[in-house]
Amino acid sequence: MPMTVLSNSAMNERLSGGMINKVFKIFAVASVVIKEMYRRKDFYVLLILIVLITGMLGSVHFFDDGRIVRYLKEVCLLLIWIASLVIAIATMARQLPGEKENRTIFPLLAKPISRTEVLLGKYLGCWLACGIALFCFYFFFGCVSASREHQWHLINYFQAATLHWAMLAILLAFVALGSLIFAAPSSNGTISFVLAFGILLVGRHLNKIALRNDEPVRSITYGIYYAIPHLEIFDVRALIIHNWPAIAWKYYAIAIAYALVYSAFFLAITCALFRRKALN
Amino acid sequence: MRSSTTLPFLVLALLLVVCFSLATSMERPAGLRAHEGSDDIMAEMLGESRRMFANHFFVKADAYFHSGFYPTIFDDQQSFQTPHMAEDAGALKGRNRGEETEFMGKPRDIIEQFSRHFLPSVHTHLDEGGPQGFKPGQDLGEEGGDVREILPWLKLSAEMDPNRIETYMVTAYWLRKRMGKVDEAEEFLREGLNANPGNPSILFELGCLYEENRKEINRPRNIWTMAVDKLDAMPKPHTEDQDFMLMQLTLHLARLEESQTNLPAALHWLERLEPVSPQPDHVRQEIEEIKKKLAQSASRHGGSRP
Repeated sequence: MPMTVLSNSAMNERLSGGMINKVFKIFAVASVVIKEMYRRKDFYVLLILIVLITGMLGSVHFFDDGRIVRYLKEVCLLLIWIASLVIAIATMARQLPGEKENRTIFPLLAKPISRTEVLLGKYLGCWLACGIALFCFYFFFGCVSASREHQWHLINYFQAATLHWAMLAILLAFVALGSLIFAAPSSNGTISFVLAFGILLVGRHLNKIALRNDEPVRSITYGIYYAIPHLEIFDVRALIIHNWPAIAWKYYAIAIAYALVYSAFFLAITCALFRRKALN
Repeated sequence: MRSSTTLPFLVLALLLVVCFSLATSMERPAGLRAHEGSDDIMAEMLGESRRMFANHFFVKADAYFHSGFYPTIFDDQQSFQTPHMAEDAGALKGRNRGEETEFMGKPRDIIEQFSRHFLPSVHTHLDEGGPQGFKPGQDLGEEGGDVREILPWLKLSAEMDPNRIETYMVTAYWLRKRMGKVDEAEEFLREGLNANPGNPSILFELGCLYEENRKEINRPRNIWTMAVDKLDAMPKPHTEDQDFMLMQLTLHLARLEESQTNLPAALHWLERLEPVSPQPDHVRQEIEEIKKKLAQSASRHGGSRP
C-alpha cells in the first residue's frame, strides 16, 4: 500500500520538529508499513496454513502414544521459519520499488522527511511487522508444544523467537539493499531467498568445505565463510525441538549484537545508495 | 489438391495417437502388476525413491535418539556408520569406529566455536535421560525416557519402504523393551512379516518378544528354528548380516535349550553357532563342557541300569 494512506495533514503533523521528531517520522512511516501487513492477506494465509498442517499432523497417533510431540514441533518450527522468510522478504522487497512504481515516493519526499528516514521507517516497519507475525507463530507453537508436553519452556521459546527476529533484521537489511541494486522486486526476492536458504543450509559448513580444497579455492571459500552473515547461528530449532537447556545469556547477547552490527552495516550501505539514487 | 497433401500428415498423426494410446493402455496393467497388493498413494507417487526417503527417516530417528546431536555429511561419520538405536537393538552389526562424542572435532575457528553454543553439542541417548537428565551409563529401563520420540520416523520409514527389515526390528525392540508396548510391537512385527514373509530377522525379533515378554518356551523355539531353516535355504555364501543373524538365532536357541536342560539340542545349536561366532574359542569351550555333562549323565544312566 502506498504512503498516501495517511492524510496530508496527519503526515505533516507527524513530520515536523527536531531530533526526537526524526524518530517520530521514522515511526510514522513504520506504522504505515505495519498497517500494510495486516491489511494484506499473506500473513493470515500463512498462519492458517501453519495451523492446518500442524493440526493435521497432530491428529496422527503413533502406536497409541499421545505424548509424542517432537516431530510435531519440528514440522511446526520448519513452517514458521519458511513463513517468516516469505513474509520478511516479500514485504521488504516491494517497499521502495512499490513507492517508485506508484509514484507515491515523490509526494512523500516532498514532505519534511529525508530519504534516510523513509528508508529506516520502511525497514523498522517491516521488522516490527515480522515481530508481530513471529509472536503469533511462536504463541501457536507454544500452545501446540504445551498441549502434549504439559509444560512451557518460556525462556527457551523467548530466546528462539528473539534470535529468529534478530536474524530477520539482518535479512531485511540485506533485502532493502537488494531493492536498490536489483532491477525488480521479483529478482531481489528470488536472490535473497536463495542466499538466505544457502547460508542456512551450508553456512556453518563452509569452513570444512574450504579445508578439503586446495588453494586458491580454500582461501576464497574461507573468505566467503568469514564475510557472510551467519544466519544459521540464529536457527536454534534443534535446541527447542529436543528440549535442550536454554542458551547462556552471554552468548545470546553476543548473537544479538552480531545481528545488530550486520544489520547496521547493510542499512548504512543502503542509506548511502538511496541518498544518491535517481528516483525517476 | 490441398486436402490430398494434408491427408497423409493427418493419417500419420492419427497413427501416432493410436500408438500412444495403445502404449499407455498396455503400460497401465504392467504398472498395476508391479504394485499388486499395494494401493498406497505414496507408492504410486514416489516409486523407487521411497527407499531413499525410508533411509532418510531411519537416520532421522537415530538423530532424534541423540536429541539432534548428529553428524551431517560434512562431519566425520566414522562413529555413526551404523545407527546407534539399531546397534543397541541388535538389529544391525555395529560398524562404528572412533569416539562417537568427538565427530565435531575441535572448533576450527572462532565462528564455529561460537556457533556450537547454539547447537546440540553433547552426546546423549534418549534412553539414558536425553539432554535434561543425562547420566552416562544410566538405563531408564521400561520407562525409556523420551525414546517414544523416535517412533514417528520409524513408522514413516516402514511406510515408505515395507521391505526395510531393520525398521521393524528396531521399532519392535524399543516398543517392547523400553516402552512396555508388547502388543503394539507384536502387531508391527506381524505387519513386517506380511510384507516380508518368512524373513529370519523379523522372526528372530518375534521369537524374542514371545520369550522375553510373554515368557513362552515352545513358540520362540519354533519361530527361531523356522528362521534358521529360512537362513539355511538362502543362497550361499551368506552376507555378513546374515551370518550375524544366524549367530543371534543359534545363540538364543542354545540358551533356550540350556535353560530347559535339553543338552543335546543345546549342543546342536552351539555347534551351529561356532563357525559364525566372533568368539569361536569361547563357544568351543562351552561345547566341550556340554559334551562332558552329556557323557557324565550317560554314564550315570548307564551305571544305574542293570
